Amino acid sequence: MAMRTPANAVPLVPPKPVAKVDNLRVRHSALVRATHWLTAASLIALLVSGVAILLAHPRLYWGETGAIGTPSLIDLPLPFMLTGQSGWGRYLHFLSAWIAVLTGTVYLVGGVRAHHFEDDLFRPAQPAKYTVVQRVTYAAVVFVLFPLMIWTGLAMSPAVTSVLPMLVTSMGGQQSARTIHFIVASVIVLFVVGHVAMVAFAGFSRHVRAMILGGEESASEVQT
Amino acid sequence: MSRLITRRKVITTALTALGGASGLAVAARLAGRYGLIPPDHTGLYGAGETLTYASHRLLTARGSLAREFRRDQISNVAPVNGPPPGDYQQLLGPGFRDWRLDIDGLVARPSSFSLADLHGFPVSRQITHQACEEGWSFIAEWIGVQLSHVLNIVGASPSARYVVFYAYDDDWESIDMADARHPQTLLAYGMNGGDLPAGHGAPLRLRVPRQLGYKSIKYLAQMSVVDNLKDIGDGSGSSAPGYGYSWYAGI
Repeated sequence: MAMRTPANAVPLVPPKPVAKVDNLRVRHSALVRATHWLTAASLIALLVSGVAILLAHPRLYWGETGAIGTPSLIDLPLPFMLTGQSGWGRYLHFLSAWIAVLTGTVYLVGGVRAHHFEDDLFRPAQPAKYTVVQRVTYAAVVFVLFPLMIWTGLAMSPAVTSVLPMLVTSMGGQQSARTIHFIVASVIVLFVVGHVAMVAFAGFSRHVRAMILGGEESASEVQT
Repeated sequence: MSRLITRRKVITTALTALGGASGLAVAARLAGRYGLIPPDHTGLYGAGETLTYASHRLLTARGSLAREFRRDQISNVAPVNGPPPGDYQQLLGPGFRDWRLDIDGLVARPSSFSLADLHGFPVSRQITHQACEEGWSFIAEWIGVQLSHVLNIVGASPSARYVVFYAYDDDWESIDMADARHPQTLLAYGMNGGDLPAGHGAPLRLRVPRQLGYKSIKYLAQMSVVDNLKDIGDGSGSSAPGYGYSWYAGI
C-alpha cells in the first residue's frame, strides 16, 4: 500500500463544493424552506379564494346572525357579486386550507424536534439571528394569527360546531366568527406586505435565494 | 444538514415513499368502504373535498346535534334567494291540495304522501341557524316530520346509501344516510309557528341543519332512496356542483 500516498490521491479527486457546504450551517433548514413556500402558495390561494367568497356578501355582522335588512358592523366598499365566484372560491379555499394546515402541522412538529422555535425565536443564541421585533412578529403569526384563522374558520362550520359548540360560542356567534376571520386575515395580509417589503429592503434576491437554497449562516449582519 | 446523496438516504426515501403510497392506497380503500368519499371527489378540488367530507364524517360519527337556540333568538329577518319556480304556482291547487311527495327507489313500500299525510306523522320542531353560502344567516323555527320517520314508514333498504330529492324547479339534491337518519333532518312544512312561506319552499322543504342552506332543498316533489349516485344526473350528487358548488356543505 506504499504506492497510494496522499500526494497521489489528492489530485485525482477534485474538491467537491457539496462537501464544503456540508460543513456549513445553512441559514434556513430544508424544513423551514419547504414549509415557507408551501405556506406562501396556499396563503395566496386562500387570499384569492377568500376574496371570491367575501364578494358574494361584503358585509360583516356581529353575533349569531346577519343579513340584508339587519344592522351590519362593517359595510365593505366592495360590490356584491351574487353569482359565479363563491363556488370555485369555496372549493379552492378548502383545498388550500388543507394544504396550509397540513404544512403547518409538519412545520410545528419538525420545528419543535429541530429546536427551531427555541433557537431562533424564544431563546436565541447571541448574537441573535432576528431582532426582538422580528421574533415577536413571527411568533405572533405562527402561534396566534394562524390558529385564530383555523379557529374562526371552523366556528363557521355547522358540522364542526355540532361537535364542538364552544368553537363558535367563544367567538360570540357565527357572524362574529366570520368578522374575526376577515379581520385576522387582513392582519396576516399586512404582515405579508411588511415581510416582503423588509426582504426587498435588505436585499431581495439574496434573501429569496437563501429561502430557496438554504443560504449561509451569518449572524453578524441584520437579517430579515 | 447534509446535502450528500448517500445510499442510506436513497433507501430511506424510497421506503418512505413506498410506505406513503401504500398507506394512501389502503386509506382510499377504507374510505370508500366506510362512505368517506363524496361524489364530487374528482378533479382539481377533489382532494380537498374528500379530506373535508371524510374528516367531518369521522368527527360527527356519534350523530352530534346542530346547535339549537331559544325562541327569543329567532331572527326578524329571514331572507330568501330568488322567487318560487315559475310554473309551480299554477301547477298547484289552493292549499297544495293536489300536491304529493312521491317516494321510490330502494324502499319496501313506494309511496305518495299528501300534505295531510305528512301532518299526520309525529311533529318535530327545531330552532336552528341557517347560513347561506354567500355569508348571511338567520335563526328560525322549523316544523315538520323527521326524515328518518318517513324512511322507516316506506321501509328504506339497509343497503341504501343516499336519499335523492327532486324539486319543482329543476334542482335536485342528495344527502348521505348519516344526515338522512339524523334526528334533526326534517321534511319541513312549517316555519316560525305557521305554514312554510312560498319563498322558503312551500309546501315542503328539506332541513339539514348541519350543512349550509343550499342543501336544504325547497319545493320538494319527489324523493328516491339509492345505493349510489353514479347513474343519477351527471353523477355529482346534486345540481350544486353543476353551478360550481360542492356536494358536501358542512364546510
